[in-house]
Amino acid sequence: MEVAYYPGCTLKTNAKVFEESLINAFNKIGIKLKELNKWYCCGTVYSLATDNLMYRLAAIRNLIKTKEEGFSKLIVPCSICYNTLKQANLMAKEDEEAMAKINAFMDEEPDYDGSVEVLHPLQILAMKLDEIKRMVKKPLNKNYACYYGCLLLRPKEVAIDEYEMPTIMEKLVEALGGSAVNFPLKNECCGSYNVVSNKEAVVDRVYRIITNARKNNADAIITSCPLCHFNLKEMQKEVKKLHPDFVEMPVYYFSELMEKAFKEG
Amino acid sequence: MAKKKPEMKMVRIYIMGKEYKVPAGLTIMKAMEYAGYRYIRGAGCRAGFCGACATVYRKEGDYKLYADLACQTTVEDGMWLVQLPFTPANKATYDLNKIKPDDKALVNFYPELARCVSCNTCTKACPQELDVMDYIQASLRGDIAKAAELSFDCIQCGLCAMRCPAEIAHYHVAQLARRLYGKYIAPKAKHLEERVKEIEEGKYDEEMRKMMKKSIEELREMYNSRDIEPEEEEEAKEAD
Amino acid sequence: MSLLSKVEELSGQNLYACYQCGRCSAGCPMADEMDLLPNQVILLTIRGDESVVEAKTPWICAQCYQCAVRCPKNVDIAKIMEALRLIKLRKNIDYIKLEKIKKNLPQIALVAGARKYTG
Repeated sequence: MEVAYYPGCTLKTNAKVFEESLINAFNKIGIKLKELNKWYCCGTVYSLATDNLMYRLAAIRNLIKTKEEGFSKLIVPCSICYNTLKQANLMAKEDEEAMAKINAFMDEEPDYDGSVEVLHPLQILAMKLDEIKRMVKKPLNKNYACYYGCLLLRPKEVAIDEYEMPTIMEKLVEALGGSAVNFPLKNECCGSYNVVSNKEAVVDRVYRIITNARKNNADAIITSCPLCHFNLKEMQKEVKKLHPDFVEMPVYYFSELMEKAFKEG
Repeated sequence: MAKKKPEMKMVRIYIMGKEYKVPAGLTIMKAMEYAGYRYIRGAGCRAGFCGACATVYRKEGDYKLYADLACQTTVEDGMWLVQLPFTPANKATYDLNKIKPDDKALVNFYPELARCVSCNTCTKACPQELDVMDYIQASLRGDIAKAAELSFDCIQCGLCAMRCPAEIAHYHVAQLARRLYGKYIAPKAKHLEERVKEIEEGKYDEEMRKMMKKSIEELREMYNSRDIEPEEEEEAKEAD
Repeated sequence: MSLLSKVEELSGQNLYACYQCGRCSAGCPMADEMDLLPNQVILLTIRGDESVVEAKTPWICAQCYQCAVRCPKNVDIAKIMEALRLIKLRKNIDYIKLEKIKKNLPQIALVAGARKYTG
């Protein structure tokens, strides 16, 4: 089975390991992720103003390309890209006036009608848990804190699971033989793009999240967002400077765990 | 019988708001000179290659803004013209020898790349019909080779940078991409390296010295009797 | 145009629906870095107090939608924060200088920063 796949800028640079492990893991369960021939930076954050249509062009253009290449579903692993493309798609389905303007502006592209379905890989994996269990060669024997961050669960219209008590990532970890701890800060924002201009805020958030995970007996923390991954991983050095008794924790993408569990011993 | 002189078809154009009647079929550049203007900036090769004569124009009754080269575009009735001899686009200072050609190289020198909204205005403005938005996107994600390849025919006219809402200087980014590609990424020509080494080792010094001592007549004689097809000569010798 | 009308127009939200329960501020992960709490921002905007536009709060907001999802009156506070940012950005007053930020940030951080902090 072949599905269209949208990597986003960061999966081609800092988060290459996410892309590689995801493609390998999906291959093992019989799904080929075919990267779109033409895709554009989605713009990361969805523009919330009622009249800011220009900032939504990129997302719509990607959905048009998906349709042009003959696909009806688009898999988007990066949480931020997923959130932006999904919200843009909802706008395309619900706001006729906005879409009329956008279609008229993008006169070099065919019109978009909102018919592509934007999905996150975790949603696909949730329906393949039995196959995943069968592919496990080396069960993960550790405790994992499943960190969702914000954009996989909010706003409610784009959430991949129940937004206050999600279990979709935990079920995956259990299918891979690991144990998922319950830690209350699983959907608390890591600070996101504040790392650009206000690093201290992010350092503080990361300290709280990792400490909470460790208090709930986690050995490692897993995520689906390259920005969360960057913040959680790189800011730990800064946390250590402020809190000398802080114990660092490894950070992985969920697909890295899949690759690990599927590998022959 | 006297031949009737053919009537020249004239078209109406507006140069910086003033109306002129010029012969149809002329390029914008020639039409402006016909109207009495003299180019002291914004003209170069007059052959569509140097990018100096960037022009922005509007057609009558059409709301769109078009951008093209003055030396390559024919005048149309009702054209409203303005010339852009220079684009004040930002160019980063860099030492090519000190840059690491990794996936952050381009975005570190031109962080405004992150402002691209994929509106495609740059592609629509390009007189060379390049895939401008595509090479900017490739630059944003660190694909230097693709950016270099797609921007190869850029003539640096600046029309893309003038119309970009994110204030990116497309052609400067592309130039850095091509420079990095040529210096670090493109495969090196082995035979060129070997030849340069031979020259530096002095393999051709003696012959050069001998030639420089010869007179004009001797040089002419040598030139006229040179081997034009050296491979055929060698094959003929071997056949003997 | 009054501050309140501008914010209502840009955000599409009815600020008068807020009854100051404070759930947004309680759930906001960045609240302790802010100078004005989200619920205070709404109150001051209704009163037409221009200090909300000069506050640090809209720029510390990480657009995590926690406030929007928890509001019992379905007021989307994330959109209100965006409106306050845009009031400055659309006057060509950027929050950061792109050329001054740290190099070698991942593209995701750079693009998000450019989108949120520059106009």
